[in-house]
Amino acid sequence: MISIQGKGVSTGIAAGPLYFYRRADSTVQRRTVEDRDAEWARFKAAQEKAIAQLGELAEKARAEAGDEAAMLFETHQMMVEDMDYEEAIEAGIKESGLNAEAAVSDAGEMQAAAFSAMDDAYFSARAADVKDISTRLVGILCGAVQGGIDSDVPVILASDDLAPSETVQLDKSKILGFVTSGGSGSSHTAILAHTMGIPAIIGVGEKLKAEYEGREVIIDGATGTIALDPDDATRAQMMAKRAELLKRLALLNELKGKPNETKDGQRIRVYCNIGSPSDVHTVLANDGGGIGLFRSEFLYLECDDYPTEDYQFEAYKRVLSDMGDKEVVIRTLDIGADKQIDYFNLPKEENPAMGNRALRICLSRPEIFKTQLRALYRASAYGHLCIMFPMVTSVWEVREAKKMCEIVKKELTAEGIPYAEDVQVGIMIETPAAAVISDRLAKEVDFFSCGTNDLTQYTLACDRQNNDLGRFFNAHHPAVIRLLKLVCDNAHKNGIWVGICGELGADLELTETFLSIGIDELSVSPRSVLPLRQKIRETNVRAVREDRLAALASDVTPM
Amino acid sequence: MKSFEYVITDPVGIHARPAGVLVKEVKSFAGSTVTIAKGDKSVNALKLMALMQMGIKQGDTVTVTVEGGDEAAVCTALENFFKANL
Repeated sequence: MISIQGKGVSTGIAAGPLYFYRRADSTVQRRTVEDRDAEWARFKAAQEKAIAQLGELAEKARAEAGDEAAMLFETHQMMVEDMDYEEAIEAGIKESGLNAEAAVSDAGEMQAAAFSAMDDAYFSARAADVKDISTRLVGILCGAVQGGIDSDVPVILASDDLAPSETVQLDKSKILGFVTSGGSGSSHTAILAHTMGIPAIIGVGEKLKAEYEGREVIIDGATGTIALDPDDATRAQMMAKRAELLKRLALLNELKGKPNETKDGQRIRVYCNIGSPSDVHTVLANDGGGIGLFRSEFLYLECDDYPTEDYQFEAYKRVLSDMGDKEVVIRTLDIGADKQIDYFNLPKEENPAMGNRALRICLSRPEIFKTQLRALYRASAYGHLCIMFPMVTSVWEVREAKKMCEIVKKELTAEGIPYAEDVQVGIMIETPAAAVISDRLAKEVDFFSCGTNDLTQYTLACDRQNNDLGRFFNAHHPAVIRLLKLVCDNAHKNGIWVGICGELGADLELTETFLSIGIDELSVSPRSVLPLRQKIRETNVRAVREDRLAALASDVTPM
Repeated sequence: MKSFEYVITDPVGIHARPAGVLVKEVKSFAGSTVTIAKGDKSVNALKLMALMQMGIKQGDTVTVTVEGGDEAAVCTALENFFKANL
């Protein structure tokens, strides 16, 4: 087995024979012509034909991949008619007496060289476009048939770097994936492979040898690994990964767009937990209904000093506008405990889990809190924002935090800065204290979200980072579930919604329980959305409710 | 002769797509010659490749000059085009 590493630019795993793209022989014969006007006419006819071909390609691309992909060929159409390009060809034919093929080839080389010399990666990559149109014109002039794949079985297509017109003209049913020796992340092979949903690995360089033609390869577009003549263990491992990917994809396609509704018609919202604005695309790809927990800590963790209001505003705005009209719950700073940041200069604590953390820091250092709230309210004008405070134990803390919200809103109004009027303010329920007094807390806020990781460790007095607790730690302990039910009942009595944003939310063994006690929202990692939706859609709450509620009164057995 | 200045906001600059649309737009103003200048370099806006080879990036200030034809109307149309696409 030979392992080759390239750069994966389109995910997926494919296995098949390696096949080198057969490019029509583009060696240009140079000669001088007698009748220069006739040669010029020959070029004009080829130019016209190229424009027509590109028009067809544009329509094909539009049907397969949308307007954006079509625009590429429309741009090529214009490049074929480019004034400088055409003038150079005309000079080649009429002044130097070159044959049209040579004149086109020379003009193409000149323009490509000008693009290649540009500093910007995007512009220098456009040299490929010029070469592509020149090859097309030369092909038409030589009477060459546009190439395809001459193979009966689907292949992994290898080449130096496929030109856009080449990728579009390929018979898709014959291609399992792409491997190119050259290319960049913004090359057309990468873009089109991504649109087509097949794996692509680029920049393999000289390790991609012509002698590998016809040999079996397995490529992983996520890692950029190519296994040539894979051994049995590698094949088994990569094919298992492939099966899992395909299973997920099938599940995704089947469940996408379907409601999170039980067999007996009970609905629950399934949102996502994220840690950075760049996670939003995964949320949308997995059909998350909103963001139930956006951990704002990352902003503080990635900076060497307190992030400014504008810096935070841009990050929140991006998430909110990317999510459109979907709800986005942003949790205010939750550091301390297991998340430490140097510039906060927090004193070392004996027991940080129960120390100065999260909202406690915010209330004792209001300048930090206020900066974050201003950024949040400013961003609220760009989407559907909910603000959530972590680590609450008393009603006064919530009142003090809300007071800060009012101050911030008043300031923004005075400064003429817009913000949304309907921003919901909620709290995390992650301490037993908050759960027990949730009847009082529910009168202060618009929603609850239960952070089951901390709620479990505080309730059971089991450190979640201590692996030696074994049978004493039980994530399904009725004490925790009973607290969740209490919180849920108190929320509903006061007309507010309640969600779960801890790891327990994605625990499919508890989905029936959560539906039975009436949780309104589950916020889980993006990858868990569709498996959870599947579980919800298989559940009949009426049939299981009695048993699930009865289990809350049972004794646990050690695990 | 009429002209206006514009600061490019598109993150990739005047790349293939807007350049293509721009050339198309300029072609429709048959009687006018449109020139795009950055610093001491300038190019006829009908020349797609030359326009792209200016390497105009986000934040660059370009001067668009219209000569001949209905200069005022073409200027307004182009200014709107730049605002919408670049």
